[in-house]
Amino acid sequence: MAGTIQNRDKFLNQIASRLDRPRISSPVDRPVWKFRPQDEVLKDTTQDDLLEVLKEQCKKIHTNIYETNQKDLAATLNQVVSGYGGGPIVTWKDERFSKWGLDSLFKQEWPCQEMDVYEWNHTKGKKNIAKAEKANVGITISEITLAESGTVVLFSDENKGRTVSFLPATYIALVPKSSLVPRITQAAQKMREIHKKTGHVASCINFITGPSNSADIELNLVVGVHGPVKATYIVINDL
Amino acid sequence: MAMKISTDQFKDRVDKGIHDDFMRGAVAGAQDGMGVKRRIATEELGNWEDWRSHGEEIRQHVLENLDYYLEQLSENVAKRGGHVFFAQTKEEANEYIREIVKKKEAKKIVKAKSMVTEEISLNSMLEHEGCEVIETDLGEYILQIDDHDPPSHIVVPALHKNKEQIRDVFTEKLGYTKTSKPEELAWHAREMLRKEYLSADIGITGCNFAVAETGSFSLVTNEGNADLVTALPKTQITVMGMERLVPTYEEMEVLVSLLTRSAVGQKLTSYITVLTGPREALDVDGPEEFHLVIVDNGRSKILGGEFQSVLQCIRCAACINVCPVYRHVGGHSYGSIYSGPIGAVLSPLLGGYDEFKELPYASTLCGACTEVCPVKIPLHNLLHKHREVIVEQEGKAPIAEKLLMKAFGLGAASPMMYNIGSKMAPAAMNPFTVGEKISKGPGPLKAWTDIRDFPAPNKERFRDWFKNREKGGK
Repeated sequence: MAGTIQNRDKFLNQIASRLDRPRISSPVDRPVWKFRPQDEVLKDTTQDDLLEVLKEQCKKIHTNIYETNQKDLAATLNQVVSGYGGGPIVTWKDERFSKWGLDSLFKQEWPCQEMDVYEWNHTKGKKNIAKAEKANVGITISEITLAESGTVVLFSDENKGRTVSFLPATYIALVPKSSLVPRITQAAQKMREIHKKTGHVASCINFITGPSNSADIELNLVVGVHGPVKATYIVINDL
Repeated sequence: MAMKISTDQFKDRVDKGIHDDFMRGAVAGAQDGMGVKRRIATEELGNWEDWRSHGEEIRQHVLENLDYYLEQLSENVAKRGGHVFFAQTKEEANEYIREIVKKKEAKKIVKAKSMVTEEISLNSMLEHEGCEVIETDLGEYILQIDDHDPPSHIVVPALHKNKEQIRDVFTEKLGYTKTSKPEELAWHAREMLRKEYLSADIGITGCNFAVAETGSFSLVTNEGNADLVTALPKTQITVMGMERLVPTYEEMEVLVSLLTRSAVGQKLTSYITVLTGPREALDVDGPEEFHLVIVDNGRSKILGGEFQSVLQCIRCAACINVCPVYRHVGGHSYGSIYSGPIGAVLSPLLGGYDEFKELPYASTLCGACTEVCPVKIPLHNLLHKHREVIVEQEGKAPIAEKLLMKAFGLGAASPMMYNIGSKMAPAAMNPFTVGEKISKGPGPLKAWTDIRDFPAPNKERFRDWFKNREKGGK
């Protein structure tokens, strides 16, 4: 359903009149910018180089990082979750978890240890949020990973609740090594491509760089304010 | 809170600031800390001058084509089911939001930090409507529960408070029983605010950068509060200053990179969130209804004039963090929610010279602000321009300056008057002179001699010395 627009013409006419010209009626072409320093950052790097940059950056953003491959992913994830004190756990509903061999961990191993594993289910409405709020660990997958800043990028949809990465006490992002790009520049280009191709973008795109923090009290850094208190990235080398 | 945060005279505000030792220590520490972080972050990136030039060209292009991009933005927001309201004045903005509040019968509102909502005094309208309004940024939350203490820094609003003061406020207002450790204070705020997010009817945010091509907008935080404000309440209202937009995600990315490095020296902050419209049909979290309120409130009057470049501002506060005047007088001295060099340029433009005519003089014109601005606003030139306007067009030069100029004009008008004046100076200053120094000066000299001596007028005038020398004396 389309929304509404109110008061526009008077407002925009005032702007045009201040700029001493008529209202612009035909599309403005995106300029060819004189400067493009963003393309030079981490130029010509391999995935291995980018992974090293990411690992180095994780030290600065209070984030643990583990490297593993598909076959050991379940064991690594289990180890990190145990380190965080176990469940309850909340995850997206995403077939990649199963494809990457996590079914037995999510559906047998953890439940057998009395750990509650909740998979996002939009048909259950608000129950999802109650589950996320009570969860100790939230687990999602990074779609694009920014080496320079140590950032995971998430696109929301009905199976990928926004709050899975915000409400739980701790947060784990699974990072396919192939998702690594130099910086936010490449993510922005990809977001534009998706929009051009499909005419659509996710209602919420999150760029998450480590745990929540604040320096509002005497500029002392406090890690863990409104969102997760701890964060871990698990890089999957053969994906 | 309105844009104007004090009814005290400028001189009294400055006096208060200069004698607040904790505040001055905190500001100096903050400037040094954030200044160094900013410098490291920009050096690490390399090509910083190119980045600044790129930021500048993007901002200038948007301002030159602002009507086009705002039209495109509003079309794309509406396409995604959002409602857009263009508000020329703060009254219009408040009225529109008041209607939503009434329609939703909203009782509780959570907010993420936003300068523009402060500028339009949104909270006082909402409270007047009987709503409970809760600021969720930790710094803003502290100020709010302390009976609405005004912010003193754009990025770190509670900078002027120490942790013991904060503990006392928490104890008095929230029944807090723990220590003044920042971790414990922050954890308490987390627990208090969690309940509020989950039970609020409306979430209100500002906007760092809207994106015209997709009808999106971005929010930049470290705490993650903006994410909960936009994920949990059923209705979301976002208020943006009309100039805060970019053509596409690609320009958004550049400005976000400039913002986070310039503000806090981070490559990116912990959370950068790009939102488009309300939640989608099957989504569980995110608002059911989304309103974007685009505010002019005096900005269009700046367009097309000699101060247009101030609208390039991305609110990073880098200029504040290097300003020697801000360092000594602190944020509250400016009497505006916008402090420091950017505040001294912007406040008189948005709030008028009557209220803020002193601010352009609260600068040494050293140019440090201009040097660090990530979008190349010539801040110190604009401050100088303000002074020209104040003197030439508005006839509002500070009284001391007027009197001084008048006296000098009188004294220098004829050789006789000048002769008498310069001869009398040593005698006139004699009662205040000890040796060759004046330590307790009268009138306008007092502010100077409070902190350092002023040299006494030379007993022998240059003219007399010269005449004497020509006659063969020494």
